[in-house]
This record gives sequence, C-alpha cells and structure tokens, in this order.
Amino acid sequence: MRNFIRFIVKYHFAILFFIIEAVSLLLVLNYNAYQRSSFLSSSSAVSGGIFKRFNAGAEYLMLREINEDLARENAYLRSRMPESFRASRDYFNLVNDSASMQEYIYRSARVINNSTNRRFNYITLNKGRLNGIEPEMGVISNKGAVGIVKNVSDNYSTVISVINTRLKISAKLKESGFFGSLEWDGTSYQHVYLLDIPRHANVNVGDLVVTSGYSSIFPAGILLGNVEDVALDKGASFYRIRVKLSVDFKNLAFVEVIGHTSSDEQINLEKETEDD
Amino acid sequence: MISYLPRYIFNFIFFTLIQVLVLNNIQLSGYVNPYLYILFIITLPFETPGWLLLLLGFSSGMVVDVFSDTPGMHASATVFMSYLRPYVLRLFAPREEYQPGTIPTMGYYGISWFLRYSVILVLAHHTFLFFIEVFSLAHFFSTFLRIVSSSVFTILLILVAQLFSQGKKQGR
Repeated sequence: MRNFIRFIVKYHFAILFFIIEAVSLLLVLNYNAYQRSSFLSSSSAVSGGIFKRFNAGAEYLMLREINEDLARENAYLRSRMPESFRASRDYFNLVNDSASMQEYIYRSARVINNSTNRRFNYITLNKGRLNGIEPEMGVISNKGAVGIVKNVSDNYSTVISVINTRLKISAKLKESGFFGSLEWDGTSYQHVYLLDIPRHANVNVGDLVVTSGYSSIFPAGILLGNVEDVALDKGASFYRIRVKLSVDFKNLAFVEVIGHTSSDEQINLEKETEDD
Repeated sequence: MISYLPRYIFNFIFFTLIQVLVLNNIQLSGYVNPYLYILFIITLPFETPGWLLLLLGFSSGMVVDVFSDTPGMHASATVFMSYLRPYVLRLFAPREEYQPGTIPTMGYYGISWFLRYSVILVLAHHTFLFFIEVFSLAHFFSTFLRIVSSSVFTILLILVAQLFSQGKKQGR
C-alpha cells in the first residue's frame, strides 16, 4: 500500500495528465450527447449573452448590406400579397380543405454568432424555446438554405450550418429532378458537393440545386446554389458535382426559422411504414 | 508568486476574449486559424506546480471550446501542451538555470530562447488540435498544411503580444 502511494506521488503529474486527457477525449467522442444538454455550447446563457453584446457592435458595420437585403426581401414579400394576384372566377375553395391549411410557419431571427473557418461550423441565433423554436427546424435566409437547428435554450439556439462536415442535406437538381445528398468537404466556405446523382442524369453547369422536400425539415424548392463543376470519375456510377452556395456565410445577419406544422405526422407515418 | 495572480487572471480573460471574439472569425484561404489563447499557458511562472498547470490548461481550453461548440477538442490539445511544458523548459534550460522571480517571457530570456521554447509548444498544440478535429489520417497533407500555416500565424501573434507586454515593463 505504501509503495502504491509512493508510486502515485512520484508519477502524479503523468497520472493526472492521463486522467484529464481521457476526460477531454471522452468529451470529444460523446460530442452529440453533450450537444443535446446544451450546457457546454454557445447557446448557453453566459456565452450567448457575450456574443449578443459583441454582435451589436459588429452588426453596425454591416448595416448597408443588411438594408439592401431587407429592402429586396420586402419587395419580394409585397409581390406575394393577396393584392398582387388577380382573382380568378373559376377557382373554388372549400373552407375546411386540408390542402389550404398552413403547412410551414416562418419565424425571423438574428444571427449573433457565426463561423466559417472550422470543419464543424455552427450559427447561434437570438431566439430560442420561448419563441417557439425547436431542434430539427430548418433555417433559411432570403438567399437560400442556411442550416438546421441543433440545440435550443430558453432564449438562444444553435444551428448546424450547411458548411459543416457533419450535415447532409437532401437536395435535387431543379431542372431534371434527380436527387442526391449535399455535403461539405471542409475547405471552401462557398462550395459544397452534391453526390449520388446517377451518371445517366443530364447535368449542366449553371443548373439550380434546391432542397428536395423529402425530409420534413425544409419545404421543397428552397435554393441551395448552382452547379459550378461536374466531374465523373472513371468507372464511377455517380457524378461528383461542385455547387456554388447561394448564401454568403461570411455575411449572414437575418434568417428565418421554418416550423413544419405536421412534421410529427409525417415522421410517424414513415416510421410505421418502415416497421411493417 | 501571489503578486502574479492579478496579471494572470487578466491574461486569462483577455486572451480568451481575443480568441473567441476576434481570432475565431479570421480565415485566410481556408487554412489559417491562429490560436493565441495558449500564450496564457506558455507564460505561466516556472514554479507553477504540475497539477495546477494541467488544470489551467484544461480550463482555458474548455472555455474556448464552450464558445466554439467543440467540447473537448481545445481542452485535450491544451492539456497535452501543458504536459509537455516542463520537459521543454528543462530541455532549453540555460547553463545557470532559471533565475527565481522571473517568468518564461521574451523580456527575461531573449528572443531566440523564447522562439525555440514557444515554437515547440505551439506546434505540439496545433498538431494535436487539428488531428483531433479531423479525427483521421485521411486528409493528412491538407491537415499538415493547416498545422504549419496556422502555427506560423500564431507564433507571429505571440511575438507581437510579447513585444507589447515588454514595452509596458520598460515604461514602468
């Protein structure tokens, strides 16, 4: 026993090192479990508050571009007002028709922290559970899809960004309708890769890439970017398509969080079918 | 020893804030991410006991982790660097040993000693960090490039920070 204590005292530095290192590596490996607890993430009250204050200053420097974006979005929204449409006489609508139910609810939020220089990039928003935001909601800006809500605290939420190597988004080519998965390779914050498009598909440079709507997170047809380069390895049966993102992640200020009103219904139905 | 306390508390807060508010937003060509916060560990006094060194390394890494949503990544790299620190210090010890009442900075031991000492620690930290981040050897070359370019940038920043604190001392 005495020898054991002597051993510990003699090598306490190395032993302590191994213990602490093991704890931190466990943190890395259990990453997802800890994300859910949101205690150690930037949506916690302390770090969220600091980012919020700093962002108030940084945002001032971007006011010009933000104003332009907002003006453009106003114009777009005005064009969608009922007054902008001609009433048609041969259009009938049942009051209780489920097709006319609102399917998606949009909530606007402000970006208070954002990164583009890591392999796992996250965005922090200034709204959280109290504003009706829940994990797994889609996030878009007026230029296209931004990411998916990962964690929420009462007043903040973190978003796993499109340029995060952990995120895969179901996307399709708008022209031909072929769908695949959109992934980031961790290098340039302006480009992502669209994989799993079969070689018999017709792909042209400049084609639009939009969300497929197969998951209940994003509605179909939200812009992601356009095709910049099409590559086909020898003997490969799938294209490797480089997509230029429509959203500039370096300059992101206001976003909208999409709530799907019947997403539980869709998920449960799909699960039931799978279990059969 | 106690008289160092306010200075190091200030260093800890200052370097962490610089790191999470300014440097984490810097990106040059997708490869360069400077990490200045490790200067806090590098300049701790010679007499710092080993257990305290490891705990401080863990907590400073963890604080940066909390702000960048990467639990454990920076913490493990900084703990690794803190573990190496006593050995690197012993390796570069001058012939007449380290004087009591001094700390490992450029002001006391000169630029060439400080460069040798900090380059090794910075390289150790960045190598550990970037390989933990990628978690595979698949992108070995691009990771290697990131390590080297980021280390160069970090060392430049460390030198600039050291020059500033040196100027302050002479002014007193």
